[in-house]
Amino acid sequence: MSDGIGARVERKEDKRFITGKGKYTDDFRVDNQAYAAFVRCPVANAKINGIDASAALAMEGVIAVHTGPEMKEDGIGDLITGWSITSKDGSPMQCGVWSPMVTTYGRYVGDAIAIVVAETQAIARAAAELVELSYDELPATVQVEAALADGAAQVHENVPGNMIYDWEIGDEAAVNDALAGAHHVTEMRMVNNRLSPNPMEPRSAVAIFDEAEDHYTLYTTSQNPHVARLVLSAFYNVAPEHKLRVIAPDVGGGFGSKIYIYPEEITCLWASMKTGRSVKWTSDRTEAFLTDAHGRDHVTKATMGFDANGRIVGFKTDTLANLGAYVSLFATVTPTYLHGTLLSGCYDMPAIYGNVKAVHTNTVPVDAYRGAGRPEATYTIERMIETAAREMGMDPAELRRKNFINEFPYQTQVILQYDSGDYHKTLDMAEEIADVAGFAARRAEAAARGKLRGLGYSTFVEACGIAPSAAVGSLGAAVGLWESAEVRVNPVGSVEILTGCHSHGQGHETTFAQVVSDRLGIPVDNVSIVHGDTDKVQFGMGTYGSRSGPVGMSAIVKALDKVEAKAKKIAAHTLEASEDDIVIENGEVKVAGTDKSMAWHEIGLAAYIAHNLPEGMEPGLKEAAFYDPLNFSFPAGALICEVEVDPDTGVTDIVKFTAVDDFGNIINPNIVEGQVHGGVTQGIGQAMLEQVVYDDSGQMITGSYMDYCMPRADDVPSYALDHNATPSPLNPLGIKGCGEAGAIGSPPAVINAITDAIGNNDLQMPATPLAVWTALQNVKTSMAAE
Amino acid sequence: MTQIKMTVNGKSATADVPDNTLLSEFLRENMRLTGTHVGCDTSQCGACVVHVDGRAVKSCTVLAASLEGADVTTIEGIANGKDLHPMQAAFKANHGLQCGFCTPGMIMSGIDMVNRYQAEGQALTAEAIRHELEGNICRCTGYHNIVKSIEDAADEMSGMAQAAE
Repeated sequence: MSDGIGARVERKEDKRFITGKGKYTDDFRVDNQAYAAFVRCPVANAKINGIDASAALAMEGVIAVHTGPEMKEDGIGDLITGWSITSKDGSPMQCGVWSPMVTTYGRYVGDAIAIVVAETQAIARAAAELVELSYDELPATVQVEAALADGAAQVHENVPGNMIYDWEIGDEAAVNDALAGAHHVTEMRMVNNRLSPNPMEPRSAVAIFDEAEDHYTLYTTSQNPHVARLVLSAFYNVAPEHKLRVIAPDVGGGFGSKIYIYPEEITCLWASMKTGRSVKWTSDRTEAFLTDAHGRDHVTKATMGFDANGRIVGFKTDTLANLGAYVSLFATVTPTYLHGTLLSGCYDMPAIYGNVKAVHTNTVPVDAYRGAGRPEATYTIERMIETAAREMGMDPAELRRKNFINEFPYQTQVILQYDSGDYHKTLDMAEEIADVAGFAARRAEAAARGKLRGLGYSTFVEACGIAPSAAVGSLGAAVGLWESAEVRVNPVGSVEILTGCHSHGQGHETTFAQVVSDRLGIPVDNVSIVHGDTDKVQFGMGTYGSRSGPVGMSAIVKALDKVEAKAKKIAAHTLEASEDDIVIENGEVKVAGTDKSMAWHEIGLAAYIAHNLPEGMEPGLKEAAFYDPLNFSFPAGALICEVEVDPDTGVTDIVKFTAVDDFGNIINPNIVEGQVHGGVTQGIGQAMLEQVVYDDSGQMITGSYMDYCMPRADDVPSYALDHNATPSPLNPLGIKGCGEAGAIGSPPAVINAITDAIGNNDLQMPATPLAVWTALQNVKTSMAAE
Repeated sequence: MTQIKMTVNGKSATADVPDNTLLSEFLRENMRLTGTHVGCDTSQCGACVVHVDGRAVKSCTVLAASLEGADVTTIEGIANGKDLHPMQAAFKANHGLQCGFCTPGMIMSGIDMVNRYQAEGQALTAEAIRHELEGNICRCTGYHNIVKSIEDAADEMSGMAQAAE
């Protein structure tokens, strides 16, 4: 079947996007529509003494101004954290209280203080400027390394020393022994720079209160509308779940930042009830920089020890993680169980220890951003091993090969058990495509032109499709991480798949349909995917952490198993054959080895007409499944970056970028490759271009696209990709998640290439021309001094 | 308030709008043509690109009141009935989009650059496409397939231009 698994099917969802007919949240205009704007804290730490809204309320077209204390009086709850972490001394984590709107203290620039509701967006925004705040500005803590210093300003009174938790993983004593006896020890300090996720569609919410039914509807830019409804209902007390419908329509990218349920969505729902109007809020880009959860922001000191043969004997990391002013929904798990558990990388390490101290600062909350913890771990490991190879005078690829895990399943020293992989072949393939053999000649040719060429590797493994539910629960998760699917076969044989996953660019409407097409032999055009609406889909956990493939599609397979079993019973009964002899092929349900068959649509019709069903069978053909995986999935890959640096300016061109990945079986290569292209580009952005910068007072100085450098088309190359599939034995399709791998693996490949070119390992991200030029000058200075 | 009259996608459009109404707001709110998107506040992202009198323009940067009598084409106006514009078809064939939010601006910029290069008799190389896309940001695709889409559409549009001669 040409539409089935492995086919490069063109996306079914594209037509509406290329014709301008996509429906994003801000595109909806509903009855009784009013518009909201937020008054925000103008400084990084302030005690709010008074709010004077009289000038705003006097403006024509302003409907209402509401504040945090009013919300509190109405019983709207504080924001929650979805994962509890226990410190190494056994104490529970400490975090500050986060109210949807400030009640007393504003703790970062952008903290919501009041909502203005008006007849138009322009009036709402203008009126917000007229709301006068009286406040006392307080000292602020901004940079992560300053947060634990003696005398640092306290972000929250109930979090002494700004320490949220002091967590550890692995065996510290074993690592210390191993490092003490090591033949060679490499030490580095690395900054994992703070990023803003920047999906191109800004966040938006349209909240509709129906007083007659006591019912709310929320259109919102969410990656997980059911989780949003659960949290809005159970914790923020907006409405019980059956009185709250959450719709995430077309969503313009997420990258993690649209997982969380933010103050604005909660406040718009409440404001809709207060004003009796439908309330729409759409973020502008500066507001997005100021309020969307940021990513990364780690500082790590790492030590890796080797024996005389180049085998790793021990690995130790000491990380400071900045979680910002409040603990966002999944912020606590990112530096711990999504980071510390990856510290073995794709290497057989006998001893590992990781310590993570998470701190509050007066900055935007930091949470999971594409890769979430795994990019930080991968960056640390892959820079360490490349630097160690240089220090020991070894080929960096050979040092990796010496230490690769060779047998699966493999139990690491840091909880995870990898299910499958073939790291050697993947690296071999990447070296072939990157023409590593020809690199010396290219380097010499570049040198003749006065340019510096460098080659950098990254061989990574990551853990995605986080599961199973009981295991994550035992580690502190407040949720289960299964997925649901419902398969509805219509009387005419067409199929609707209801999924709890949410597509915001991933192409589920196509790949999920391909799985059905492959199984039932019907064209993808006869399959519709329904998602993103809590009134249509019963429940689901949404899309993040590369889970929609390994978890979401597995749930579809489980539901299809049940549909197929019932279809075979109907066919056996109708065709007077044994159920065991029935096969489904090319859209027909046949008795194997005979010419007796029913077309797929005849099965559907028979199920619903129900005149001639097997004894005791219920009419209809609709089945559901809830799938809880056995384990994470473990995609891995080898990336090779080749750069050319202009030594006069520090300007760096990526001349070639090769990525060979193991995503197990692939449903649609076009879509998987697109995920790698985008992920690698975000990784290049982190490595060379992007950084959120706060000044020492806590004002963000990168609050627009004029200041925060997003990757443009001429910043990145075309990519050379291939795949080395080792199917996962742990899910029915043998697939591994592909959504984050590019962003996880690529930053160290880029930095390893640049440091190779300039001959200086001391370089932090983002490697801007100034940073690269400065690192080059430092090499020259130290050489002159010798 | 200013009364404005322009042509949008071949149809006459008249409205009274506040003087500070941007073309992007006029198209989205007055005309309800929501295919034109707004992704930033500073004219960097290019999600709002439309054609004004045949030239690509960032509609978030132009006051509607300044376009009296102008001929405006949006993403909704480039297909010929059910037949997609070659640039639209190329984005679909090459997986040149993921979330779709930047796509209308990418397609409108792509058409504009092909038209300009062809009018000047210049080859639109992959390198030139990357340079020309300086004003359009995509966060999903890494640009790889966007460049391929525009290259393919340029070939198709060139063939159409030759056939028309």
